Amino acid sequence: MRIKTGAVAGTLESSDVYVKVEPSDKLEIEIESVVFNQYADQIRETIQQVLDQLDVQAGRISVNDKGAIDCVIQARVETAIKRAGGEN
Amino acid sequence: MRRSMLFIPGNTPNLLMNGDVLGADSLILDLEDAVSPAEKDSARILVRSVLKKLRYKGCEIIIRINPVETDYWTRDLDEIIPLKPNMIMPPKVSCAQDVKTVSEYIGKLEEACGFEKNTVKLIPLIETAMGVENAFQIASADERVTALFLGGEDLTADLRCKRTKEGNEIFYARTRLVCAARACGIDVYDTPFTDVNDLEGLYADARFAKALGFSGKASISPSHVEGINEVFSPTQADIDYAHDVMETIRIAKEQGKGVVSLHGKMIDAPIVERARQVIEMEKAMFGEVEDDE
Amino acid sequence: MSKLVASIREAIEKCELRDGMTISFHHHMRNGDYVLNMVLDEIAGMGIKNLTVNASSVFDIHEPLIGHIQNGVVTGLECNYMGAKVGKAISEGILDQPVVFRSHGGRASDMEKGASVIDVAFIAAPTADDMGNCTGKIGPSACGSIGYAFADAMNAKKVVVVTDNLVAYPLAGFSIPEVYVDYVVKVDQIGNPAGIVSGTTKITRDPVGLRMASYASKVIEASGLLRDGFSFQTGAGGATLATAKYVKEMMLEKGIKGSYGMGGITGYMVDMLNEGCFEALLDVQCFDLKAVESIRTNPKHIEVSATQYAGVSGKSAGVDNLDVVLLGATQVDLDFNVNVHTDSNGYIMGGSGGHCDTAAGAKLAIIIAPLTRARLPLVVDRCLCISTPGKTVDVVVTQRGIAVNTKYGKNAELKEQLKAAKLPVVEIEDLKRMAEELAGVPKPVKLGEKVVANVIYRDGTLLDVIHSVQ
Repeated sequence: MRIKTGAVAGTLESSDVYVKVEPSDKLEIEIESVVFNQYADQIRETIQQVLDQLDVQAGRISVNDKGAIDCVIQARVETAIKRAGGEN
Repeated sequence: MRRSMLFIPGNTPNLLMNGDVLGADSLILDLEDAVSPAEKDSARILVRSVLKKLRYKGCEIIIRINPVETDYWTRDLDEIIPLKPNMIMPPKVSCAQDVKTVSEYIGKLEEACGFEKNTVKLIPLIETAMGVENAFQIASADERVTALFLGGEDLTADLRCKRTKEGNEIFYARTRLVCAARACGIDVYDTPFTDVNDLEGLYADARFAKALGFSGKASISPSHVEGINEVFSPTQADIDYAHDVMETIRIAKEQGKGVVSLHGKMIDAPIVERARQVIEMEKAMFGEVEDDE
Repeated sequence: MSKLVASIREAIEKCELRDGMTISFHHHMRNGDYVLNMVLDEIAGMGIKNLTVNASSVFDIHEPLIGHIQNGVVTGLECNYMGAKVGKAISEGILDQPVVFRSHGGRASDMEKGASVIDVAFIAAPTADDMGNCTGKIGPSACGSIGYAFADAMNAKKVVVVTDNLVAYPLAGFSIPEVYVDYVVKVDQIGNPAGIVSGTTKITRDPVGLRMASYASKVIEASGLLRDGFSFQTGAGGATLATAKYVKEMMLEKGIKGSYGMGGITGYMVDMLNEGCFEALLDVQCFDLKAVESIRTNPKHIEVSATQYAGVSGKSAGVDNLDVVLLGATQVDLDFNVNVHTDSNGYIMGGSGGHCDTAAGAKLAIIIAPLTRARLPLVVDRCLCISTPGKTVDVVVTQRGIAVNTKYGKNAELKEQLKAAKLPVVEIEDLKRMAEELAGVPKPVKLGEKVVANVIYRDGTLLDVIHSVQ
């Protein structure tokens, strides 16, 4: 899937994550999280899994995480990417 | 056992994560009214992702999809059916065909997933005047239908009357649904009581619904769950009586008696059936109990 | 004769405050307190340095304290609770010597035992006369009880009462008598009473919090302690207040006449008093203005000193007869030790207050907290800081299970009682496992080498240390 336009998903409420995706030539992941010290690696891994599943090769993915668990991060990243790919 | 059904908005991670600790027998994860059109995709993906991860131990999962006249409902089912929810709640069901349409589509998805036919059940939400009048046809439309659910808010809008706490305006719909469901041998669930802060009103409303024959009641507020469970649970006296009935029957069988009575009242088939149901509820509420049979 | 002086500066001069001394403050104005900042600004202007500040609590309003630490006016800090703003600076290591954390009971008792010496106490008083009789019950800045200030007044070498409501001598209904007071200062405003209500003094509407509260109330019921003569303390957290509401409903339904409610007092405890759940409230500080109104008007609502509330230096204290206390936690470890000093990253954002005092005293000390908070599991292998020792904690209530502490040879019967009441009794290890299954295992936080605070237990011994954040 290709990131064609900018798109967002999720919220800034506790236990949720706000995901923003934008077109880019390379793949970039930016993580801001209230649990960065404890979970940054897992968050990155979760995002990467979704990117692999949806075959996303390039794009800028930035997340502002308010303590979302993995399945929530997965869902929000997937939603944002699908929105950016023109599917919803 | 399904006494209480609690609505959880489909796009709220915090509530979805904790839905199973709120005491409800069933959770209705809502993709319809609780989700704005712009977030339908988001909620559907979130609910699917959360269902995949969380096991919701001890809680039945019902998904309220969007109505068949929208473009969303097939996509809702595409995402959700592979996760094998217990039931799907199609809203605004007005005729048997609505049920058949949804059932057929679920059937295709079940097949694709390799599930046994009719794995996923249906609980049609009846909330239009037409739906109330067609209640029996809806209840008997498809094997998947295992319960009916009355939606009082939309119904009163359709009836062009005001929804009140007393509920006189939905009295006909309530009794009609109970009758239709029971005629088909399925369960029937009452509309939520919408004043979150009025617990007394909730108890009165739930007791009334129970008296009419409802199997249980839905809730939009976690604070109503305990009251609903209490009202729709058998009392200790009910449980004791049920065990007495079973014990009397057992002794009668041993002695080869045909007609038996307990406390001077003849025990007939409906009484035995009722006793069996109460003991089933008891098991569901408190775990296995010593069997009388 | 009058003890009235013209200004804070004059009071400081008359007290002969010098470099290296210790000054003290109470926190009854909570996040609305002006006096600590006012006095420190004056001291800084006078060029006095190297002071130790002993404040019963430090709130976010006291952020200017950071500047006074940086400019060398304050080089030592002692308190029972520290808000996140100053806490962050301390955790980052701006103070050379470690902060001394005590409990509310321990602070008063250490002063009485002479382990903590105060050179000059500045007592914010919502009403005072010119001889120093003072109270918090009346006046435009009324804060209710001034229970934490008693030890300061009775033990400091010099005592300055700072008031914005000077009345004619003698003030009727004083809390602290003139016998302890050296000087009285009149200022425009000692604080903003609206700041007394800080944060969490409302019943939660969060369904998870209500679930925990429902469990906690059932734990209390199942324990058998909820009977005539029941004594009870609850903090001002949303879920603990909801528990109090459920407890109240049970007491009213069953006609149970309790003995006393204690602690920081909220409007909800006042309601319980007024509806006959308790014979009296023992109030060391008021958490909201409804409590302030009650302590002024209701003789059954009694002001107590920190020593009477929770100390170990008196011959007895209120906590000694407490049946049940409800407490919060940021972390609980597998030995039931509780952290209320730091957040999960190690930043200071709280303190014991009366946490360890009441846990030690109460027959049943209940910790109530969600299984995870913004993904972080409540139960950890080892708390970043031990605020309250596990041996004084009895039950941990979460929305997904209730752990009974049987690790120290007690509570076996309680565990059976809770099981018999069909409550979801699990082991503390289960709570950790459940949280980690849901949220994943958090990476351990690496803390710095520097010790930024010593946590002193109520008996004066060192309980734990807090390290700097990297």
